[in-house]
Amino acid sequence: MELKELFIIIITAVFINNFVFARFLGTCPYLGVSKKLDSAIGMGMAVIFVLVMASAVTWIAYNVLLQPSTSIFRYIFASHTAPDLTFLRTIVFILVIASLVQFVEMVIQKFSPALYKALGIYLPLITTNCIILAVAILNVSPDPQYNFNFIESITHGFAAGVGFTLALILMAGIRERLELAPIPKPLRGVPIAFIMAGLMAIAFLGFSGLKLR
Amino acid sequence: MSASQEFLKGLYKENPIFRVLLGLCPALATSNSLQNAVGMGAAATFVLFCSNSIVSMIRKGVPNKIRIPIYIVVIATFVTLTDLTMQAFAPALSKSLGVFVPLIVVNCIILGRAEAFAGKNSVLLSMLDGLGMGIGFTFALSLVAIVRELLGTGKLWGIPLFGSGFEPMLILILPPGAFITLGLFIGFFNWLEKKRAQ
Repeated sequence: MELKELFIIIITAVFINNFVFARFLGTCPYLGVSKKLDSAIGMGMAVIFVLVMASAVTWIAYNVLLQPSTSIFRYIFASHTAPDLTFLRTIVFILVIASLVQFVEMVIQKFSPALYKALGIYLPLITTNCIILAVAILNVSPDPQYNFNFIESITHGFAAGVGFTLALILMAGIRERLELAPIPKPLRGVPIAFIMAGLMAIAFLGFSGLKLR
Repeated sequence: MSASQEFLKGLYKENPIFRVLLGLCPALATSNSLQNAVGMGAAATFVLFCSNSIVSMIRKGVPNKIRIPIYIVVIATFVTLTDLTMQAFAPALSKSLGVFVPLIVVNCIILGRAEAFAGKNSVLLSMLDGLGMGIGFTFALSLVAIVRELLGTGKLWGIPLFGSGFEPMLILILPPGAFITLGLFIGFFNWLEKKRAQ
């Protein structure tokens, strides 16, 4: 385990391949929640929290149940060859994520009403946020750029959440000012938010020149 | 509303991308070339058609409290089917769409139509609704892709259309171009709708 690898994963996911500006993941909540700074921070924190948990749980589910070389089913079959269940990835992940979000919501509600008040309304929205499923799938994808081990997966989940929060907060700051700007009527609302996002994406393209390896 | 109206509403009046603003993530990510856009559109249309039909068939037996998880399992099944079929028969397309094929599961259009339409209407109407919405989605994706590919590379469907003197606007096929093109398109359709209303 090298600390340098983890550092590269974080910088890549937050800046170079920012999940909103370079990969277009999580655009729906990004447009819906980025109107106010407070709700942007709340949503960002909830996404980071769920992403870290989901990265851990889906990684374990994939490697313990689906992947034939590490699956527990090896011990059940006499020939020590487990069936290749990796084709069930999408279904298993979405169910695991949906139940995880539901479970986290109940636990927070029970043990920390203050935190529930801050994050509560954002949690149900997160199940259908494509960032969560995308990070889970990328973590276990055979692509050599990913194919992470357990610690790397959690780091990747955390960094993806930080990148998403960064985009949300930057955008909320700009949109609070856009309210007062003289914008042509048909472009008000979502269209101008997209054009702003495009300009921000140009700024983030500057990070693609970073050579980390 | 008649059956033909249910089919046609997805094309323009309730177009998922331009009018209802659903499913914008894949619209941004897979509109960098016309081939990707049509591939993504076809995959989403297939999933939408099948999930709408099944959800509509089982709608009377599904308990109201757990309907969303059931819809998601139905959708995920068809997405897996599409993903594996695409990997087998169109590996190049599957590679360039990448993670966005499995991500059709969380595409808001599909769950949105299951919840808003297929869970309440007959099988035939749900099929037409799914097909119309899917074609509307493909149409919107292709429109954005045509602009981006033509101006960004000077090609259409991989075929060069302009002479060698054409200087491509590279920014349009990079991520910023997706946001700006889609933003301008939504603005244009807002303007068009306002003109029609007057």
